[in-house]
Amino acid sequence: MLQIKNLHASVEDKEILRGINLEVKAGEVHAIMGPNGSGKSTLSSVIAGKEEFEVTEGQVILDGEDLEDISPEERAHKGIFLSFQYPVEIPGVSVTNFMKTAINEGRKAKGLEDMPAKDMLKLIREKSEMLEIDRKFLSRSLNEGFSGGEKKRNEIFQMAMLEPKLAILDETDSGLDIDALRIVSNGVNKLRSKDNAVIVITHYQRLLEYIVPDFVHVLHNGKIVKSGGKELALELEEKGYDWLKNEATV
Amino acid sequence: MAYTEEELKKELETKEYEYGFYTDIESETFPVGLSEEIVIAISKKKEEPEWMTLWRLEAFKIWKEMEEPEWANVHYVKPDFQAISYYSAPKKADPNKTLDDVDPELLEMYKKLGISVDEQKKLQNVAVDIVMDSVSVATTFKKTLGEKGIIFCSISEAIKEHPELVKKYLGSVVPKTDNFYAALNSAVFSDGSFCYIPKGVRCPMELSTYFRINQAGTGQFERTLVIADEGSYVSYLEGCTAPSRDENQLHAAVVELVSLDDAEIKYSTVQNWFPGNKEGKGGVYNFVTKRALCEKNAKVSWTQVETGSAVTWKYPSCILKGDNSIGEFYSIAVTNNYQQADTGTKMIHLGKNTRSTIISKGISAGKSHNSYRGLVQVSSRAENARNFSQCDSLLMGNECGAHTFPYIEVKNKSAMIEHEATTSKIGEDQIFYCNQRGIDTEKAIALIVNGFSKEVLNKLPMEFAVEAQKLLEISLEGSVG
Ligand SMILES: Nc1ncnc2c1ncn2[C@@H]1O[C@H](COP(=O)(O)OP(=O)(O)OP(=O)(O)O)[C@@H](O)[C@H]1O
Ligand SMILES: [Mg+2]
Repeated sequence: MLQIKNLHASVEDKEILRGINLEVKAGEVHAIMGPNGSGKSTLSSVIAGKEEFEVTEGQVILDGEDLEDISPEERAHKGIFLSFQYPVEIPGVSVTNFMKTAINEGRKAKGLEDMPAKDMLKLIREKSEMLEIDRKFLSRSLNEGFSGGEKKRNEIFQMAMLEPKLAILDETDSGLDIDALRIVSNGVNKLRSKDNAVIVITHYQRLLEYIVPDFVHVLHNGKIVKSGGKELALELEEKGYDWLKNEATV
Repeated sequence: MAYTEEELKKELETKEYEYGFYTDIESETFPVGLSEEIVIAISKKKEEPEWMTLWRLEAFKIWKEMEEPEWANVHYVKPDFQAISYYSAPKKADPNKTLDDVDPELLEMYKKLGISVDEQKKLQNVAVDIVMDSVSVATTFKKTLGEKGIIFCSISEAIKEHPELVKKYLGSVVPKTDNFYAALNSAVFSDGSFCYIPKGVRCPMELSTYFRINQAGTGQFERTLVIADEGSYVSYLEGCTAPSRDENQLHAAVVELVSLDDAEIKYSTVQNWFPGNKEGKGGVYNFVTKRALCEKNAKVSWTQVETGSAVTWKYPSCILKGDNSIGEFYSIAVTNNYQQADTGTKMIHLGKNTRSTIISKGISAGKSHNSYRGLVQVSSRAENARNFSQCDSLLMGNECGAHTFPYIEVKNKSAMIEHEATTSKIGEDQIFYCNQRGIDTEKAIALIVNGFSKEVLNKLPMEFAVEAQKLLEISLEGSVG
């Protein structure tokens, strides 16, 4: 589904991604771990098409199509979803209104009519129940005054509403309490199917107990320095990153 | 909430425009220039009684002695008052003109606003094939209003039919001496609306000066007088969302509201005069004086959405004369390209326990300048006066400006005045967040702007709110750099 080939990206002439290779097939879950500042969020932004980052070399390919000239909204229409590490506040715009706009814009891109109000309501009810979100919450301004955990849960609510093909979860677990972590993980697992894929970015093994990855990659200094199965995450938890950093420089 | 927002929106989109009715305003053209003779001629043309002619002449005398104000934060080439025709007729439909002759850009905008083909034709002085049945609608409404003793007519008609009311209240809130443009208006006002709600009557419908469409050429020197007698209520809509292109560059209207004991007036405006082109050429100068007088326990709310005009100078105000009276001002002012707006309000607290609320939302894009200017004044005998002001500015891009000038004058120690101000920019991160959810940048900005303006949009009557929302979107189109 997703192929990343020798991807280099920089911001303000500073190279952050330095040759990333990654292939994600439908049905798979990939975990990306790595120290702070190693480029994980940058990688997700580049996949989502954030223009701030300049791709200097390499490609991001979705279903055989090079995404180079594809705008962020078109990428979203093609099924890429990013759960932000730091979700943005939009004052005065309710969660419901925002989701309605997002869903209908996606439908418009596919040449469909707006979703009928009753279907929309049903979908909202279904997904908010799944994620145990209070209905009152949905009429609040998007992310404004939300607690850290609420923001993350709201990201997954949006994911559930949009049913993306490729979901990238950037540290969705940070800020979630123990119950919330379980609820949110369940939500993610419900989305999983043989047709879609998930990339989870995390610092903690704990999330991976709920969302079990097929592969774990370690990003360091803008490069994937090690890949393995789910046991790699355990190893990292135990040993930290230093041994890999050394390995990478050797 | 019985409806979802979506259902509501849908329903409103399909709903026919159902404003009460509009007042017909008649006019005809005069040569350019201003003199006593012209003032007399206007009065004569309108078959006014002598007292009215004298009233106008006095105003003209006052105006001649006055200087154009310079204190507003706007810059423009001053109008040549001798080059203006002070009496202009609405253009007759041109039988040879079709919609194909109309600027396609304008038609596109009409389409986006959901304006019907007939209305488009009317706006462009294209003959309408089907006669809208507004006349019969108007008659029905007029009957309903008549039964309740409500008077709603043109000010010219009121001068003839209800001189006692006009004599008593015209100029009672905005005196001829008030300011340069008010004096000018008093001398030469072409027409406008008059409304009187009798004691204890709740006006059963929204009254509106225009039936969505503004008749061309009538807006130049409008005069509006609304009187809500004791314990009555009225909601009044002014303006239209359809873009008004007008050859008259200078617009100087006066609106006076009188809210007697226990009465309430809601006055909503959507102003969309031609703002000039992208290079800042052309466009209307809109210099308006709007003021309300509140007697005991009375209430007045001004709500305005200002998107048009090249230069706007406008401060709807409340004189809170009676004890316990309430004044409110809710405003959204959008400026784009080279537009300049200097708007705000004055809340004059004279009575005891008077309260006022000011919510101002300024949105600036392009190279425009948007200023809020507000005065809160508490007199020495106004015990326990309260004011809350909130002025928020939203900037788009780096070339526009937002300015806030709050003036507070308090002469009574018991007063409580709160002022909050924020300035924000639409962030790249907000846009990217929306983009990531499949919302393109144009739509994202509309969403963010609507969110920003929500508190004020919510104050508008529902039909108006939906249109105003669309108007905001259109006004800011192409402003993303
Ligand atoms: N817009 C930017 N301008 C300058 N430097 C940037 C910008 N965005 C990211 N960087 C830098 O790029 C590097 C990678 O950042 P990134 O956010 O991708 O790290 P991360 O792996 O997600 O870290 P964390 O685990 O802390 O979330 C960091 O050194 C960061 O400071
Ligand atoms: Mg990160």
